[in-house]
Amino acid sequence: MYGYEFYVDPSRCIGCQACVKACEECDTHRGVSMINFDFLDRPDSIATAAYVCFHCEDPTCAQVCPADAIKVGEDGVVQSALKPRCIGCANCVLACPFGIPKLVPEYEQMMKCDMCYDRTSAGKRPMCATVCPSQALAYVSPEEIAKLRREKPVNTFYFGEQKIVTKVFMMAPAEQDFISVDAMDYIWEQKDGYATEAG
Amino acid sequence: MDTQLKPAEKPLWREEFSVFKNDERYVTRRQLTKFLTLTSLAMFAGNAWVLVRSRLRGRAAPLPRLPIARVGEIPVDGVKLFQYPHPGEQCILVRLGDTRYAAYSQKCTHLSCAVYYARESRELVCPCHNGHFSVWDGSVLQGPPTRPLPAVRLERQGDELLAIGLSNSGAG
Repeated sequence: MYGYEFYVDPSRCIGCQACVKACEECDTHRGVSMINFDFLDRPDSIATAAYVCFHCEDPTCAQVCPADAIKVGEDGVVQSALKPRCIGCANCVLACPFGIPKLVPEYEQMMKCDMCYDRTSAGKRPMCATVCPSQALAYVSPEEIAKLRREKPVNTFYFGEQKIVTKVFMMAPAEQDFISVDAMDYIWEQKDGYATEAG
Repeated sequence: MDTQLKPAEKPLWREEFSVFKNDERYVTRRQLTKFLTLTSLAMFAGNAWVLVRSRLRGRAAPLPRLPIARVGEIPVDGVKLFQYPHPGEQCILVRLGDTRYAAYSQKCTHLSCAVYYARESRELVCPCHNGHFSVWDGSVLQGPPTRPLPAVRLERQGDELLAIGLSNSGAG
């Protein structure tokens, strides 16, 4: 709306969790962070990744909601579940290919990143993007990201055969036009016939 | 598995309950009020039309006189089923005494189950919800029904019993 887009680059994440804390400070969901923060392979690596909601153009979470509680606003932001409608069934939690929605048991409600709607709808940057020191979460204009990064922002994902186009961009290697995540890619069969996870 | 439905394949409910805020079919209070007012007006007009039509047509044709049994065909406390006034409308004829007969519609006035004659208690009983009717005048003795069984008026002609009409209560 204001010419800014959200860019996520897990390779820049340094694991400071400033985004997690900044998100918690928000008055609309104080104390509950909407950042999905992961330690990728904790025994072997210190790599971390912080994600926000990718705000799909045709969100799977909203498609599977039996209570019609998840809505996409006119600017393409997928909102948190509407409090009077959400029945806490966790369909969205299970369906989201990115694993973004969280069911908060205390509120019996699904809560997720709404890209700091109170801020971005007024032209301000989301809280997480303002505090991220390495700009793994960045909310800038496309020109700026093209100038500063050698990676290419992509917003097309394949999860198996499901194609998802998102509002938020993920930084990918420059030669890549989409990101494909297929569980079968990470499973290989040993000679004795057992399927194991590739290390 | 392609979970992305093309617009043409979208079911109607998905159109009405769209996940996109802009496509939601929001019903305003004024629209609802308009709908309620117009439907009530239409219902009122329909009822008035039915009323006027029934007034103009006058009373329905008298019910037919049909022979339903011969005198002495069934023993005392015996029953015979027959259809009156039209085929498919089951009625039950009970012989109460040597010369006393009673006939009722077999449709329970509660939920239209078929009543049967319980010989030992001399009542008409509906097995569905345990409704009991008097066999003497069709009135409700117990159970959920609130209206008596419609009685079939009987007339004796020679050695034949004729059904000559229906009344809402009282044995013929």
